[in-house]
Amino acid sequence: MNKIKSLADLKKLQTEVQSKIKLREKGDHSENLIQIKVSMATCGIASGAKETMTYFIEELDHQGIDAIVTQTGCMGYCYAEPTIELTIPGQQPVVYGFVTKAKAQEIIEKHVKLNEMVDGIIPVNYSSIDN
Amino acid sequence: MAEYNMHILVCGGTGCKASQSELIKSNFKTRLNEFGLSDEIQVIMTGCFGFCEKGPIVKILPDNTFYTQVTPEDVSEIVEEHIIKGRKVERLLYKDPESKEHISDTKGMDFYKKQIRIALRNCGFINPENIDEYIGRDGYAALGTCLSEITPDEVIRMIKDSGLRGRGGGGFPTGLKWELTRKSVADQKYVVCNADEGDPGAFMDRSILEGDPHSVLEAMAICGYCIGADKGLVYIRAEYPLAIERLKIAIKQAREYGLLGDDILGTGFNFDVEIRYGAGAFVCGEETALIHSMEGKRGEPTVKPPFPAEKGYNGKPTNVNNVETFANIPVII
Repeated sequence: MNKIKSLADLKKLQTEVQSKIKLREKGDHSENLIQIKVSMATCGIASGAKETMTYFIEELDHQGIDAIVTQTGCMGYCYAEPTIELTIPGQQPVVYGFVTKAKAQEIIEKHVKLNEMVDGIIPVNYSSIDN
Repeated sequence: MAEYNMHILVCGGTGCKASQSELIKSNFKTRLNEFGLSDEIQVIMTGCFGFCEKGPIVKILPDNTFYTQVTPEDVSEIVEEHIIKGRKVERLLYKDPESKEHISDTKGMDFYKKQIRIALRNCGFINPENIDEYIGRDGYAALGTCLSEITPDEVIRMIKDSGLRGRGGGGFPTGLKWELTRKSVADQKYVVCNADEGDPGAFMDRSILEGDPHSVLEAMAICGYCIGADKGLVYIRAEYPLAIERLKIAIKQAREYGLLGDDILGTGFNFDVEIRYGAGAFVCGEETALIHSMEGKRGEPTVKPPFPAEKGYNGKPTNVNNVETFANIPVII
């Protein structure tokens, strides 16, 4: 470890290390953040859900958007994998099917940033235990 | 992937450690490794969550799921069900004693609902053995700001204005104590942290030292800056092995970063901390007795005045504050 020589150096280090615990801070006030759940059952993973999830995590982080990306089990729409469920705080969750990288990008640009829904919504016929 | 997408926090307080939380942590690591998830999911041992009654505690973020009374055998189920399939393990969630419902989030629990954590702000959140995590939570920023931008008198005024009083039980205004020690003239002064927690069943100081030792070190350095001391001593009972170990690690890391030692942050201010062990005499929690014990004398209180602020350790002006009092200081600044 190198010595910290000044207050400016300390602040620099602080910004660097903050990202390591940011996820925990987000979890502490999750109800105020945009949540994206990626369906990661066998069907999802086989269709590339892992890549979709990684893309969401990296792109949102890159753009500095505070959101929580988690994985979840099969939502039952195996024909439309990868599927994601997007929840804007205070609104009903929305499920998207066939979320490729391009679709994910569109969702981030339109739905996450501007709160405008895009094509590809699957009407949900279930309600989750949480709500 | 460069960043972890999930954090598993395992409680590493004395209570949970006694219930095998160390094994729980290593089981998590093994299972995650088997599934090839070690690069995506981080397992951290934190300080006490304060809910020892239902320990060992495991918290999973960002889903914010709070598992209670986890056994090492439960780990596989959590990994296979929750981590991989996204299904919470219902039977390990906290059960509300009145409604009999399972609650997954601490915010829904009566125990945590009304808590605002100040002194315990980092307990159960950061890894106490990693200084970077403390720095990430604004750690040492208060010290840095004091040394570079605020005069000792102003810092003392801030502490006075905050209304902070001795959290050891005496309730003496902390700012006033610092001011008195500052006014004493001497070639050497000392900052002493009283970690001789003796009341049966009390563990606030232990929780802080085990869960967030850097907050105490930072505050001691701030105190040293205010009163003009370059030496700090932590008087801690030898029955707190985990607190001592974590404190030692913290001191070592702070020295490596130059946050303790000579010329801190290039400001010319020197401050270092040493540990002194108590043998566990209740009376040594009283400041004059504590000082005598540190000097190697019989741990007996003496009549004040002279107050330690005038004549304390080795006859030099000494400022004695309790662990919890110190833990509140960085937040005030």
